[in-house]
Formats: sequence, C-alpha cells, structure tokens
Amino acid sequence: MTTAAPPATRTAAPNRPADVIFKAVSTTAGVLILVALAGVAIFLVAQAVPAIIGPLPEDDSFLAWVWPLTFGTLWSAFLAMLMAVPVAIAIALFITHFAPRRLAMGLGYLVDLLAAIPSVIYGLWGIAVLAPFLQPSYVWLAQNLGWLPLFTPPASGTGRTVLTASIVLAVMVLPIITALCREIFLQTPRLNEEAALALGATRWEMITMAVLPHGRSGIIASSILGLGRALGETMAVAMVLASSGAVTFVLVGSQNPSTIAANIALRFPEAHGLTVNMLIGSGLVLFAITLIVNAVSRIIIAKTTVDGGR
Amino acid sequence: MTTTTTAPRRETSNPLTAGQLPAWGPWALLGVAVLIGAAVSGLVAGASGTDFSIVSTVVIGYVIYLVAITVVSQLIEGGRKATDRLVTGVVVGAFALALVPLVSLIVTVVINGAARFDMTFFTWTMRNIVGEGGGVLHAIIGTLLVTLWAAIISVPVGIFTAIYLVEYGKGALSKAITFFVDVMTGIPSIVAGLFAYALFALFAGEGVRSGFGGAVALSLLMIPTVVRSTEEMLKLVPNDLREASLALGVPKWLTIAKVVLPTALAGIVTGVTLAIARVIGETAPLLIIAGFTTNMNYNVFDGRMMTLPVFAYNQYVSPGVQEQAYFDRAWTAALVLILIVMVLNVAARLIAHFFAPKAGR
Repeated sequence: MTTAAPPATRTAAPNRPADVIFKAVSTTAGVLILVALAGVAIFLVAQAVPAIIGPLPEDDSFLAWVWPLTFGTLWSAFLAMLMAVPVAIAIALFITHFAPRRLAMGLGYLVDLLAAIPSVIYGLWGIAVLAPFLQPSYVWLAQNLGWLPLFTPPASGTGRTVLTASIVLAVMVLPIITALCREIFLQTPRLNEEAALALGATRWEMITMAVLPHGRSGIIASSILGLGRALGETMAVAMVLASSGAVTFVLVGSQNPSTIAANIALRFPEAHGLTVNMLIGSGLVLFAITLIVNAVSRIIIAKTTVDGGR
Repeated sequence: MTTTTTAPRRETSNPLTAGQLPAWGPWALLGVAVLIGAAVSGLVAGASGTDFSIVSTVVIGYVIYLVAITVVSQLIEGGRKATDRLVTGVVVGAFALALVPLVSLIVTVVINGAARFDMTFFTWTMRNIVGEGGGVLHAIIGTLLVTLWAAIISVPVGIFTAIYLVEYGKGALSKAITFFVDVMTGIPSIVAGLFAYALFALFAGEGVRSGFGGAVALSLLMIPTVVRSTEEMLKLVPNDLREASLALGVPKWLTIAKVVLPTALAGIVTGVTLAIARVIGETAPLLIIAGFTTNMNYNVFDGRMMTLPVFAYNQYVSPGVQEQAYFDRAWTAALVLILIVMVLNVAARLIAHFFAPKAGR
C-alpha cells in the first residue's frame, strides 16, 4: 500500500478576525494622534480668526497687539538659553567625564529632579526667594553700569524683572538640555577617547578633540529643544515677571515685556468676547513658533543619529 | 622566598611624578581660597555693617581658587595641564551651581509649607473660608479626578500607538506618527489648554469650564510621553520571543498580548507613572479650562474644578485679607504637590528596579 504524499500546498495563515481587529485598533490609536494634532491647529485657527481679521477694540491690528508679546517671549527665552546652554554642557561633561564613575548616576538623578518640580512651584520660589535675593544687585547694576542700554536705571523695586524670569526659565530648561547632552556625550566612541588619552592629551584636550566634535549636532539639537520649552513655559513667567507690555531690552527695570504664554494665563480666566479670540490667536502664534523650533531640532537629531560609533 | 628590598625612599625627582601637583594640592588650594574668601567678605561685612554673607564667601573663594590653580599649575605643570585644571574647576562649579536652586527651592517649600501641614488642611475645602483655616480637600480630589481621566484617555491611546509603531508600522504613516509624536512633546502646556477650551466651547458655548476638559488637555501632554517610553520598552523585547511564539502557531495579536506586553510590562508601568508625575503638576491648561472654585466638585463633566497646582497659584497671586494665611496655604499646597511628584518618581524607579524581567543568562 502506497499512500501518495498529500500535495504540498502553501497554506496562508488563516485570516483571524481578532488579528484584524487588533491591528485596526492599533492603527486607529496612531491615526488618532495625527487627528488630535490637526485638531489643535484647526480649532485654534477657527477661534483665532475673528481676532485676526476683525477690528480690535484697543489696537489697530492683531499683529500690532501680538508683537510686544512675541518680542517678550523670544527675548526671555533667548536670555534663558544664553545662561542655560553653557552650564548644561558643563554639567553633562561633569557627569559623563569628570565625576567619579560610581557617583555619576546619582548626580545625574539630582539634576533630573529639577525637571520633576512643577512649574507653579518655580513661580512661587521665583517670587519669594530669587527676586528679593537679586534685587540689590539690580540696583547696583543700574547705578554702576546704567550707561549700558541693558541696565538703564531706574532699577526695579521688587526684582521681578525679565532677567529674574529668564533665570527661572534657565533653571527649568537646564535638566532637559543636560539629559540629552549626557546621552550624546556617552555615545562618543570609546576608542576615540582612549586614543586621544594614549597620545598624551589631557582630559580637556581629549574632550575638545573627541567628545565635543562628536556631539556638536546633538548639542545644537538639544539646545533648540530646550528653547522650545523655554518659549512655551507659562506659570513661572506669569508669576515672576511684573510685566507692563513694553518692548524694551532693559534687564533690570520695572518696565518689562510680557510673554505670550504668561499673558494668556493671566488674562484668560477673566476674558470674554473678542478678548478670548485674541488670546487664542496669540496662542496660535506661540504654537507655530514652538512647532517650527521643535521640528527643526527633531530634523537635526534624526539626521545625526549615532550608530554606536563603529 | 621573596626578598624584600626596601629601597631608601627618595624624596625628589621621581620621573613619573615630577612636575605634577600632588593629589592633595588642589584641595589645599581650595581650602585656602575659601578661607581668603571668608576673610574678605568678613572684612567687607564689618566695614559696611552688614551681615556676614556665605554667598560672597563662596563666590570669592571659588574665583580665587580658579585663578590660583591655573597659576600654580602653569608654573609647575605647564600650560596644557593648567587649562585642564581650570576647566575641571569650571565644570565642577557649574554642577554645584545647578544644585543651588534645587536645594534652595526644596528648603524654602519645606520650611514655608510646614506651617499649614495639618489635619484641617487635608480634610477641609475652601468653601466660605475667608482668612485663616480651610484646606485643599477639594483641590486634591480635583487633581486626582482630572489626572485619572487624563490617564484613562492617554494610556490606551499611547500604548496602542506604540504597539502600532513597533509591531505593525511601516512606511509613511508610521514615519509621520513618529515625527508628530516628537513634535507633540514640545506643545506648550498653555496651548493644550487653549485647544481643550476651543474644543469644548464648540459644544457648550463660551466660558465653558470642566474637569474633563482639563483631562483632555493633560492627555494631549501625556500621550507623547507614554508613546515614547512604551515604544522604547517594546523595542527591547527580544525578537526571539516573538518568533518562538509565532512559530508555535500563536496568532500575532495573542503573541503581542501574551508574550510581548507582559515582558515589557514593568517598563511600560514605569513610563506611565513618570508621565503621570509630569502632568500632575501642570497648572496652565487647568487654569484655563478647569478654572478655580472654592467648592468640592465630584463631577468632572460639569462645572469648575479646583486642582492642587491651580490652588497654589490662586492662593498666592490673589490673597484676601490676612495675606499670610493665603500664602501659607499656597506653600503647603506646593509641598503636597512636590511630595506627590517625588512619590510617583520613586515609585516609578522602584517598579523599574524590582519588576524588570531578569536577564536569564
């Protein structure tokens, strides 16, 4: 008796309904995120249109109204980055290359703690501790360096100036930039570092020759990411800054530009009618700015993904 | 048998250590520099009749140390090593500088917050309270409800999106989702609040306030964090496990549900906990869409709802008569908030530590 072997047919995997449903649910969740983001843009535009096209009660046009706020947003974020980026790079270098290996993780966690503290608490601290602490030095700066446009007297009596707000912002973005820089510095090819050291380079020479060139684009990308956070930060600025809406570069005076986010937070709870539309319109401007800033940073990061250094 | 030849110890000119500062050199210099700093600021304080300042002691001492170590190292070790010493000093100083706000902030919050850290604070609301007394029960309930609803929205969406990206995603859609999740990480929290307002104003008209709106705004901020952390964790699951399961004839969805997800569970829970810790302190969106009230509100779908961060903000910026009572409540609310965030962070780390799958080799 010979039994013919059954013809070898390639059976396709059965099309199970559960599989299809599971895949559909997963895909829907992904698409939902795109829809939500599109929704943010559409709803904001829809609410902002009456303010953008219509005549405003106080000013001539929407642009004239939103410009001082945009200036304040950019100026305070710029100051914050000026302070935060060098310190963040130094901290990242300290944790990756200077601190004793065993302590490094714990020290990194300490810096991460700064990121965990809610922004409203930074606001409280800025008003209650930092502003009174800095106020005497503002008086000194205005008295002695008043000829500089940055320190034109009179100095603020409360210390709640754009410089104080920027320092709080700098503290808040510090852990973000540090965390990213740390990752990037750790990815420096070990062999490059050891080669530099073996050739007799000091630790700092090794860092300038191997670590920093390797991490340059990463530093730029993480700084831009921090910039995005500084631009959108609301509560700390809203609480610390005593703003008058002026467009000025003076750092220590009592006339300070407000920022878009802080202005929304301060005025929205009591806003009604066209003011709501104006505030949402300014929110749209902020959204656009941060969207561009973040997209640029993500593109830089994506282009320079490090593959372990081989 | 070993013969120990004890060579006479030579005090000078070991070729390996010549021309170097001894290990204690920098420390000694630092000590001297701080002493000089203390002396200078003490003299200044005595001359001008102000209090002795620790800040100026540290700053003057630090600057003197930087100059001294550079000069000494330049003389003994040469220019290259001197630069290295200077940079080491600067880098360590930068790290210490970053710890100053952290320590100052935590000390301030604990000291000021201790004033009202009592039972009344946790069992009362602010209804009909003017001046002293009152508590944050309504704000704590509000924070819990809003965060709970935010988690209910964002955890399933986030996890399923991550599953799509890791297990199914190919091509343009997957790339677009990855890119926009990254972009979403950078949405300012106030814009999320405005979005929730614009969305709910469509249905409920102008001036709408509700806890659920706050939850929608928070989930917008929470989803990208959940997606990113879950994605990382799913990528860590070895492909061997998936292939073994599929080879046994297990359907793909069961492979994901019974093999991949349990393996990554500890990491996913950690990520979700950290995401909750991130949004629980958000103030701006809740200020806009949840509003503030002095009353208890258990219904997230209707009416204003107080939350802890908004409570702290509101008490501090718009105090009534007896200002100090309002400030005290604000600081204690801040202390409670910090404690919640810290507990969540520690919990996340403990989960990651104890429930992570063992590397079984």
